[in-house]
Formats: sequence, C-alpha cells, structure tokens
Amino acid sequence: MSKEWPLWEVFIRSQHGLAHKHVGSLHAPDAEMAINNARDVYTRRNEGVGIWVVRATEIVSSSPGDKAPLFEPSNSKVYRHPTFFPMPEEVKNL
Amino acid sequence: MLDDKFEYLLRLGDNALVLSQRLTEWVGKGPALEEDMALANTALDLIGQARLWLAYAGEVEGLGRTEDQLAFLRDAHQLRNVLLVERPNGSYADTLMRQYLFDAWHLLLLDALTRSADGQIAAIAEKARKEVTYHLRRSADLVTRLGDGTAESHRRLQDALDDLWMYTGELFEVDDVDAVLQAQGVAESTVTLREAWLAQVGRTLAAATLTMPSPQAWMQKGGKQGRHTEQMGFLLAEMQFLQRAYPGQQW
Repeated sequence: MSKEWPLWEVFIRSQHGLAHKHVGSLHAPDAEMAINNARDVYTRRNEGVGIWVVRATEIVSSSPGDKAPLFEPSNSKVYRHPTFFPMPEEVKNL
Repeated sequence: MLDDKFEYLLRLGDNALVLSQRLTEWVGKGPALEEDMALANTALDLIGQARLWLAYAGEVEGLGRTEDQLAFLRDAHQLRNVLLVERPNGSYADTLMRQYLFDAWHLLLLDALTRSADGQIAAIAEKARKEVTYHLRRSADLVTRLGDGTAESHRRLQDALDDLWMYTGELFEVDDVDAVLQAQGVAESTVTLREAWLAQVGRTLAAATLTMPSPQAWMQKGGKQGRHTEQMGFLLAEMQFLQRAYPGQQW
C-alpha cells in the first residue's frame, strides 16, 4: 500500500437550489477527514452550504480521444436548444 | 470590581492570542497542505476571538487602550494566558494534544459563558462557540486516529499527553478574580467545568487507546496571574517585534 494519502475530488454546493460544482482536489486518509479537509481548504471564503467528496479513483471519465463521436453529432442539431422560447427576466439560473 | 472583569477578559483574550501565535508558527511547515491550512484557519478564528475579548477589556478598563495596544505592548508578566497555550509546538503530536486539551475546555467554557450575566461576554461567547465546536471536532478526531494509529503515533501522542497534563490543572484553578466573577454570575463555576472536562477527555482518550494521567497529579500554575514559563519572552519577541520596533506602524 502506498504511503501517500489517496486523492479526493471536492464538490461544493454554493447555495441551496444550485448543483454541487467541482472545485478541486485534496489528499486525505478517509472520507471523514476528506470532508474536514475540504472545509478547511475550499470553504475559507464563505463558498458553500454543502460538500461532496469522491475518491478520485472512483470517477469514470470519458476519453479525450472520443471527443468527435461523443460530442460533434450534437453540433448540427440546433433545434435541441431551448433558445426559441422567450424567457421572462425574472427566471434565474436557467 | 471593574478591575476583576478587566483581568478576566484579559485571560480570555490572551489564551486565544497566544495559542493563535503558536499555531501561526506552523504556517508553511505543516506535515501536509491540508493540515497546514486547518491550523492556519484555527489560528485565524482565535485571533478574531482575541480581538473581541481584548477590545472589550480595553473598554472595561476605560483608559483608552485598544486591542492592538493590549496585544502588542504588554510584556510577559502582564499577559494572563494559561501556561498550556504557551507550551512550544514540539512535534505535530504535541501541537495536536495541546490543541485537543484546550479545545475540550474552551468549548465547555464558551458554552457556559453564553449564559453569562454580562451581555457582551455572552454575545462574544456565542460567536466563538461555533468556531470552537469545529476546532474540537477536528482535534478530537485526530487525537483518536493517531492515538489508535501506528505504534509510533500512539507513543508520540501518549508522550505529549504525559508532558502537557501538568498544565491542565490551571484551566480549573479558582483565584480571587474567578471567585468574584463567579459570584456575580459573569463567569461559570470551574468545578462544574472540571467534571465535564474530565468525563469528556476520558472518553476521547479511551477511544484513542491512550492512558489518562491522574487528575490528582501535581499541577503547574501561574499563567493567569502573569507568572509565565521562559518560553513566553521568545514568543512575544516574535509576535510584538513590529510594534516595538516601529510603534504605531500600520499596513
């Protein structure tokens, strides 16, 4: 077993109603300390109301080489964007 | 009477001030980035608390001394912190054990002070209590992990505990200042605090597989009355250098 603490990815919810957002990573021996460390490293300036931590090795990523087949087909399908509807000014966070 | 309250406020302020200075000595030298920042956060919380206590102390004294003048222009014999907080950082085990023993007491004290007959003291305690709740959660967690960790971490934590134990008696010592303020309902009974502290520390140390020294052991005292260890002069030399060399300097 490696002597290094495992790497954790940190996600912070900045306010109620918004999704958790990836803010960075840190090292910690287990989940409880990862939460404590995330609090100390990433919420010093009043950034959050909630924290998620996930072991970096548990995250499954798409491959950069698959960019073309994964994402290019949607380029030509402009009708999928909801931009054809007029939105009232008051509606936030869409 | 006002003098007693001034003394008591200096004790509260100086505990936070001196421990904050000690923790700040770790900045840039912590065993991991995460630990480094956690200690710095704790130090910042404590310096914020020191400012509130000392500003109020200056107000109670009524001679126009500000929090900065009280922090940076008093010499060792005029500081009223307990000896525990001026103990040198030592290894990380020493620092953590010092922090845990202090935090466990600090939270109980602040909890009690939220019910103080003095509204300003109650308000400051209420604000500080939230910060210290987290300090204790963190230091108790680390003491438990390291005490119940490897053979070496266990040995280091036990050594730290045995070295620091004689400085815990002063936390509960009652002198004339304490007696007056307790009688007025401004300060909490230290007897009650001691029972709660011993029970709580006993549980944490048991979970950490550490052996608690005897509560009846001989205890050091004197810090609250201004009789400090030889470490204090060095600590103040660093902390007060700027204001001593360049009086009134600001940035």
